[in-house]
Order: sequence, then structure tokens, then C-alpha cells
Amino acid sequence: MTKTADNVNPDIYDKGSEREITSSDYDENIEDLFDEREIFDLIRNINDPEHPLTLEELRVVEESNIKVDNIKNLVHVSFTPTIPHCSMATLIGLSIRVQLLRALPARFKVEVEITPGSHASEYAVNKQLADKERVAAALENNNLLQIINQCIA
Amino acid sequence: MIYVTKMPKLDLEQTLTGHKGIVWHVSWHPQGKMFASCGEDKTIKLWSKEGQEWAIKTVLVDGHKRTIRQIEWSPCGNYLASASFDATTAIWDKKSGQFECNATLEGHENEVKGVAWSPSGQLLATCGRDKSVWVWEVAGDDEYECEAVLNVHNQDVKKVAWHPSLDILASASYDNTVKIYKEDPADNDWSCFATLQSHESTVWSLAFDKTGERLATCSDDKTVKIWKEYKPNNQEGVIVADKESVWKCICTLSGFHTRCVYDISWCHNTGLLATACGDDIIRIFKESDDSDPNAPTFELVCTKLDAHSQDVNCVTWNPTGNQEILSCSDDGEIRIWSFSSD
Repeated sequence: MTKTADNVNPDIYDKGSEREITSSDYDENIEDLFDEREIFDLIRNINDPEHPLTLEELRVVEESNIKVDNIKNLVHVSFTPTIPHCSMATLIGLSIRVQLLRALPARFKVEVEITPGSHASEYAVNKQLADKERVAAALENNNLLQIINQCIA
Repeated sequence: MIYVTKMPKLDLEQTLTGHKGIVWHVSWHPQGKMFASCGEDKTIKLWSKEGQEWAIKTVLVDGHKRTIRQIEWSPCGNYLASASFDATTAIWDKKSGQFECNATLEGHENEVKGVAWSPSGQLLATCGRDKSVWVWEVAGDDEYECEAVLNVHNQDVKKVAWHPSLDILASASYDNTVKIYKEDPADNDWSCFATLQSHESTVWSLAFDKTGERLATCSDDKTVKIWKEYKPNNQEGVIVADKESVWKCICTLSGFHTRCVYDISWCHNTGLLATACGDDIIRIFKESDDSDPNAPTFELVCTKLDAHSQDVNCVTWNPTGNQEILSCSDDGEIRIWSFSSD
């Protein structure tokens, strides 16, 4: 079965540079808090479900759309589907969520939402992604889990 | 002179580990000396006290192929019902001497999310992702017959709860509403007679007070709401059409919870409300002494910060009224608390 991608010809952007490592990164006495760049590094290389491109190259995720609060243990990621009717929006959001749940300490509350105004079903997709019972049930579906793992791999 | 102000508080009695992954639900045995727990690891664990310590007595495995979302003891305490994402509800008993699954209720298309026994133990309600609520009748030994399939919600149904003394059922849904059902004695047909609309997001759980004339609901909109039943010809003059009761929201507790409220428990002995929240906190609310029955006020009397290290999924008062509370969390732990107000 072949399915044509929703957005056949998406805009492609250059990848950003790697994170610069400073001397404080090697200093064991400095407490290393999570920052936006670190979260971005965790999700920039997630593959788009439809194209052989990363979420960074499609500008679905950007460092400026990530917020980290180390005191409240909150991570908030806004992602921007390439077109407002992208049927893959929930799957992309789920992939970001799963990647962060696997990579971050359990104390973090992870919120993944569509960048306001960038998708026709923004409210419905956000509500679904925020419902941890639905997310837990989805992750017990082996077919879906396989697709997500391919995106994250 | 030292003045000591006594504050209501929640003291941790014990932390119980044993489940792997999320613990979704805990349920007291009606006599309050034993409880059951379930979760992501597809097992049910039965706990009771050995001396001063709570410990696992029995582990029930192989009943379900996916997450077990909820478990509930029957009012007689002899049966245990478990609702699972594998689309089935299992009924366990120990007629043979040890707990085993002797009936499996099939019918939901996919995830079963909630299960509840009626006060008589003769009816069982289930609900799930297929947007339906099912009412089952206990037809005989290990036999259950479907009495009704109620398709009135337009999104998944998260929880069901029975009135404490009558065969009246309430359900909470992802469609932001609560529905109330009863059977028409003329034709034995079950139908929805009230829709409770006021929450702005998913209603996760609900609990009746001891009279059944009030219902507390909790939601992803970070509020708790109290609803009151107004019967036909009520003294307050609330207009009631079609000779059916009207349910009105008489109180909204907002500004207390900072994330989704996953569960609520109404103690039938003390009238205290306990909530389980996604901000890892357990809160206790008490109705004010001078509260107006038609516009009640509730005070937050206790805030247990970091009750768990992750979301609190379930909170439940010991049915004996001894002010003991059970809670469980995404962090894989079950905790037993004792509440004291003086």
C-alpha cells in the first residue's frame, strides 16, 4: 500500500550547529541543569513520518519553541506541522512526547502542544496528546509503537 | 508560653512497592482491612496487614493481556472486578479457595477504562474508549448478562460510579460532561436522564456523597465541581421538567489544583473530600460549618506536597471511616496515609 504524503514538497531548512562544549561542562562542581538546547538536541533528529528528513530540517521543532523550568520541573515543547491539515500531527507529537519521556528524569512534567494557529485541529490534537491514559493505551499498540520507534531511531 | 496550633495533617504510614510501572488504581475491600491494586504491569496485587506492616498477600496474573486500568471489590467483598485496556472485564473470586478469574465480560470494542458495582452487588457497570457505558446483571453463578448499552457520550468514557443506595449510575467523559442514568421500571429500559455540563475539559472521576444527593467531579480543567440533585417539587423552587430530577452545579473549587485532577474520593463518614492531582499533591477539602446547602463553601484544610514523586492517579478513603487514605502514582508506588484534624 502506498500513500501519498500530505505535504509532497515541504520546505527544507539547514541543520543548526552542534552544541558548543564549554569548560564548565567538564566541571563536576557545577550543577548541570537542563536547558532548551539540551531538549532540542533530544528531539531535533526525530524523523518525519512521511519524509526522509528530520523535524529540525522541516522546522517542525525549533529551539525557540522550547521552554524549560528546572524549578517547577516543567518542559514545554511547541511543534509546528508543515501544513495546517497535516494528518501526521498527532503521530509527530506522540513521537516527541515518547522521546522526552524516555530521555528525561521522571520528575519532569512534559507538555507537547501544537504551535498556536499552525494546525486546523489544534485543540483536538493538544487534548489527545495531554491525555496520559490515551497516550499509555496508544503505546501498548505494537503497530503504532513500531512507527514511533522508527521516527525516534 | 508556647502556643501550639493544631493543623489538619496527612501522615505517611507506609510506602508500598512491588508494581512495575504506573499504578493506575487502588481499591479498599469493604471491610477496610485489605485492598487491591493494579496497573501497567498487568497484575493485580492484594495487600493486607501483617502485624503493623502492609504486605502483598496474593498476586493475580494472566487475567489480562494489557494494562489493568481499574479494580473494584463487590459490596459483599467476595468478588473483584478488573477493567483492562485489552477490552475485557474480569471477575475474580475465591470459591475454590484461592482467587481466580471465573468470568470474563466481553463486548467493549477496545479499552475498558472503568468498572463499578451497584450498592446491591446485583449490577455492574463498565465504560470505555468506545464511548459506551454497559450495565451488566449478575444472572447466577459466574454468569453476567448485558442489560443495557448506553451510547450517549460522544467521546471516551473515563469512569462510572453508582449512587450509594439506589440503582442510579453516573459516568464521566472526555467529552467534558457527566451523564446520569436509571432504569424505567415500566419497560426495564435504561436511559440517560441528566447531563451535567460545566467542566471545560475531560472529566476524569466522580464520587457521590453518602446521601447520593450530591456528586463531586474532577477534571483536566483543574477544577472540582459539586453538583446537587433537585427533585420534583423541591423546596428551593428549582424548576424540574418531565418529573425528572435536575442536577445543578452548586460549587466550583478552582485555583487550588495546578494540573489535571485525576481522582476524587468523598468520605461517607466525615464528609471530607480528597483529590489526586497531576501536580503530585493530595489535597483534603472540608465543607465550612456555616455552608449554605444550595451554594456550599469548601475549605482546603490540608495540602500534601510531593505526596508522590509523579502524578497521583487515585485516592480513596478507607470505607470504615478511620480516616486512612490510599493513593497510587505513575511513580510505581502505593502509599497509605492517616489524616488527623486535631
